[in-house]
Amino acid sequence: MISTLANYLGYEFVQNALIAGTLSAILGAIVGYFVIIRNSGFAAHALAHIGFAGAAGAALVGLSPLAGMLILTAGSGVLMGQAGDKVNRSDMAIGMVLSMALGLGTLFLKLYSGYAGQAKSILFGEIFGVSSGQIVMMAGLSVVSLGGLAIFSRRLLFASIQPRLAEARGISLSEMSTGFMLVLAISVTLASQIVGILLVFTLVIAPAGIAVRLFRTFWKGIGASVGLGVIVVWIGILLDCVTGYPATFWITALFFVIYILAEGWCRFVMRQGHS
Amino acid sequence: MTPALQISDLSVSLGGNAILSRINAEIGAGEFIGIFGPNGAGKTTLVRCIIGTLAPSRGSIQVLGLPPRQAARQIGYMPQGHGGFDITALSARALVEAACDGDAWGVPWTSKAARQEVDRVLEVTEAARYAHRPFSVLSGGERQRVMLAQALLGSPRILVLDEPLASLDPKNQGLLIECVARVQTSTPTTVLFVAHDMNPLMNVMDRVMYLAGGGAALGKLDEVITSECLTKLYGADIEVVRTQNRVFVVSAEGGVTESECAHHDHD
Repeated sequence: MISTLANYLGYEFVQNALIAGTLSAILGAIVGYFVIIRNSGFAAHALAHIGFAGAAGAALVGLSPLAGMLILTAGSGVLMGQAGDKVNRSDMAIGMVLSMALGLGTLFLKLYSGYAGQAKSILFGEIFGVSSGQIVMMAGLSVVSLGGLAIFSRRLLFASIQPRLAEARGISLSEMSTGFMLVLAISVTLASQIVGILLVFTLVIAPAGIAVRLFRTFWKGIGASVGLGVIVVWIGILLDCVTGYPATFWITALFFVIYILAEGWCRFVMRQGHS
Repeated sequence: MTPALQISDLSVSLGGNAILSRINAEIGAGEFIGIFGPNGAGKTTLVRCIIGTLAPSRGSIQVLGLPPRQAARQIGYMPQGHGGFDITALSARALVEAACDGDAWGVPWTSKAARQEVDRVLEVTEAARYAHRPFSVLSGGERQRVMLAQALLGSPRILVLDEPLASLDPKNQGLLIECVARVQTSTPTTVLFVAHDMNPLMNVMDRVMYLAGGGAALGKLDEVITSECLTKLYGADIEVVRTQNRVFVVSAEGGVTESECAHHDHD
């Protein structure tokens, strides 16, 4: 088995999958931490689906799916951020936009015949189909979004956990929201290249969600989230090579098992009395 | 000497409803002011004007001689309620650290100086003992002392506390008030303390501000909390009942508490 693995690691498509997986895991884990503490998981989910319309529509106008997705998610992210906190956390408003986007995506697919195969890869991801060119683009986007986040992450953290205090200190909540939604749009787009739109949640929510449950400080939480995300993505990709079952399945399954264990641990600690 | 708070002819309307109309008040440095009034009288609206997150429709507010926005760093604010941490294991200390220089740019590193400041405020409110525990598992009283610690970051000259006693038992109310009074006397701090019941604050307040019917009355407890003064403010018959150093505001129709009075008002 070890030699089979070593054999697979020699292939370029496996190496590319690992690099792309690592990039989106890191970005998803860090951005996801803020998604969790801001309680905006549904917005993240909706952004990914809006991306579906973008990816499907891109083919119609001759753009790459990645570009189409990026344009539409970034645009909607900014709009959602501008609309303010209330809309951001309104299941109703997000649900309406989400279904409209999926409807548009369906229309675009119909208009562009012969697209069914690509639709499947947009929805479920094609981890072994990442080209070197795409990796360069992904790396660039990761650097841009993490760099942007680094500039305002302190304010964002404060505004996320204590919005009213932050407002009193002169921080504009809608500016924070807009900036964050833009970063989120980029990371959702990247993550969907690996695990597909339907499973973006896996990379953006799972590692951060588990880390937030277990770690008491910001930096430990971020570190654990990144570590967990990267390790699980690597194991998932390698298991795909060995077993032939899709990496997406392995990644989601691993996260689910870890999540159950973490929940159990939290409850156990609670019962012991907290120290 | 510049007053801590100067409110001149302040009116606020929200969504077409006049909440506060033509309020005047001057509060001196170092005073402990209790702010009371029925639900919907505009206590939180007034607080939002003082901390600068709501612009008055008319008139002005000056904090330490400055517009509220410019005085933001001199104001320690404790908002009403605090939820949404149930799923996180973030410690109480991590919350306070995030608020320390939370308006700076860059990544949320906590410098050594900031850590010491966080230690200091947690000591003051006697929250250091449990600050390493997740905020979500703390009791109501413990949470409020963490939030108070947060308001004390940077030693502000004015403390604005919006209903910090809500849903605390008498023992924890007492502990919190003791903390605030200690801060107020040890460092000259002006305290604006919004509460529903004035009785727990009897021994620490210098003056009271009572909001009702869009107006405000400011003065010594004995001057403001009287049947005449409150009847004028409410525009309805109000009776103030005193028993053994405790005060109750009831409507003259009998047996009705102050919040129910307000309800009558809106009908």
